[in-house]
Amino acid sequence: MQSNNKKIKFFEAINFALHAAMIRDKKMICYGLGINDPKNIFGTTKNLKNKFGKSRVFDVPTSENALTGISIGASINGIRSVVTHQRLDFFLLAMDQLVNSAAKWHYMFGSKMNVPITIRLIIGRGWGQGPTHSQSLHSWFSHIPGLKVVVPSNSYDAAGLLYASIFDPNPVIFLEHRWLHNIDGLKNKLTKIEKLGKSKIVKKGKDITIVSISYLTIEALEAAKFLEKHGISCEVIDLISIRPIDWKTIYRSIEKTGHVLVLDMGTKTGSVASEIIANISINIFSKLKSSPTIIAMPDVPVPTSFGLTKNFYPSTDTIITKIFSIFGKKVKYNKDLFKHSPHDIPNKFFKGPF
Amino acid sequence: MKLNLLKNIYTALYRIRAVEEEIAKKYDEGKMRCPVHLSIGQEIVSAVFSQIVKKRDFAVSTHRSHAHYLAKGGSLKRMISEIYGKETGCSNGKGGSMHLVDLAVNFMGSSPIVGNIIPIGVGLGLSANIKNTDQITYVFIGDAAVEEGSFYESLNFACVKKIPVIFICENNLYSVYSNLSERQPMNRDNSKMAKSIGVNSQSCDGHDIFKIYQALNQAATQVRKNKKPFFLEFSSYRWIEHCGSNYDNSIGYRSEKEFLSWKQKDPLSKIRNLLLKKELTNNQLIIEEKKINFEIKQAFNYAAKSKFPKQKTAFEGEYAIK
Repeated sequence: MQSNNKKIKFFEAINFALHAAMIRDKKMICYGLGINDPKNIFGTTKNLKNKFGKSRVFDVPTSENALTGISIGASINGIRSVVTHQRLDFFLLAMDQLVNSAAKWHYMFGSKMNVPITIRLIIGRGWGQGPTHSQSLHSWFSHIPGLKVVVPSNSYDAAGLLYASIFDPNPVIFLEHRWLHNIDGLKNKLTKIEKLGKSKIVKKGKDITIVSISYLTIEALEAAKFLEKHGISCEVIDLISIRPIDWKTIYRSIEKTGHVLVLDMGTKTGSVASEIIANISINIFSKLKSSPTIIAMPDVPVPTSFGLTKNFYPSTDTIITKIFSIFGKKVKYNKDLFKHSPHDIPNKFFKGPF
Repeated sequence: MKLNLLKNIYTALYRIRAVEEEIAKKYDEGKMRCPVHLSIGQEIVSAVFSQIVKKRDFAVSTHRSHAHYLAKGGSLKRMISEIYGKETGCSNGKGGSMHLVDLAVNFMGSSPIVGNIIPIGVGLGLSANIKNTDQITYVFIGDAAVEEGSFYESLNFACVKKIPVIFICENNLYSVYSNLSERQPMNRDNSKMAKSIGVNSQSCDGHDIFKIYQALNQAATQVRKNKKPFFLEFSSYRWIEHCGSNYDNSIGYRSEKEFLSWKQKDPLSKIRNLLLKKELTNNQLIIEEKKINFEIKQAFNYAAKSKFPKQKTAFEGEYAIK
């Protein structure tokens, strides 16, 4: 796949991939609540209706479960769809269709039918999104055989992997962290369809492997940059695919570094990070030079108040502190360097909508 | 009703009944090792449906789907093989009685999660609109599905987006052992509820073949033309237990008296007598019935002789390759 040096924001990359997919598949449909409203799902669905018409790009009733079943029904008659929900939390109403039907349709009918659907879910954070607007439940989806789960962290992968998800013959959960939407990245020209299920090493290193998911990759890279100056070379793996997991890339890196830290933006118990640590311990225990470690969300719901969220999320300095402790280093540094201010928005230019 | 149509309805009804009676008879042998939900006593809607539905139309159903699958033209021997868990089964042994499919006749699947199949049927209808075909999608449900959120969501969507779907609700009064009176307001007419959502609808005596034919035919003609959804509710009654092969009037959730009052409405012998009164002789009917009995016997033999799928296939098919 090619890129040029043109910068494109994550949300624009999503929009670009949707356009490209709808051009490639003339029958593909795209729907979701608010898809054609003035905000266009944070800009991601802009101009789709104008370009492809209202029979292919349409707003819908607020019926998450039925919308999922409808995409399944259409898919088994050869119509691909991308269904978008502005929050992952809303989609919990659709777990029956996702788990009982979408994930199993191919298997339980003897591989006679495919369910090529892509479900875009947006994970919220900040500005008081609170308990029911900011859940990262990717581990739920990763538990279900038959689903693919994709979590890009940059514009280039967002476009490439959304495009790949749409043309994958299976149901794909495509997770977008809201704080990524306005970050610039490389433009992916989508000259071919990538394969799902691969992780990417986004920074090479030799001392410790950091496995990270979605937005936390941004924090991990910042931490790695700082740690490099203090003599610790981090290899950062952007997991990208949560089901299936690219074990080879993870194991190969740890065989080299001997240390591993897994970052997860979900709560720790039953997390993807726990699954990764379990498999590392089972399969390459002898390669480890220290206990494998996790940084994840605390096992409580996310609070709303500006005061309560202040030191709630794991961040660059949490990662730095943890890695210093793995290597038994006591380094004093100014943690404020890595604090967002105010802490509940991705950067000071971010004005919402959330 | 023309003689030929009446005869076809009779043979369809006879066939479905005979298939399920054979399942019930053999079930205790322990070779059909999956739950079976029989339609014995409530097959007539399917029999009439078989004479109205076009091959190109889609159909989907629930856990109680044998009758619908057969009425749509699904392969009998592949269905029996599936219930036997054999590699020749319509879902290669992955689905069992509750997950039937026959793509050759557009029977697109069945789901035993109550209400689950409704939006999937609406999605098939949406795909027909996108492809600009005149296919109707038939969605079979029971009375309990009306209590699910997916019912409202799907009817609402179908109405707003003008989807050519016919929802066929066979109301047999029980969700497992729970009576309708515990689950829905007394005397609520579900077709009126559907109507108030905006979907054309009709309630119908589910034992009167002429009324059933008229209702289904009218719905099909209308939906084919105006591409809007239609909801039909038929009164019905299953004679056998919810899941399994036995009569269960003695266990205390319904009475023998109630069962008999429904059983005496059974259309099977009534249609047979009607045919005899017209131009058919008893011998002619016996020949038809024997043909069906022979086909059923062959299907069971085929299933029994077929092999189980290879064990390794259990671990294959999580994902479609292309």
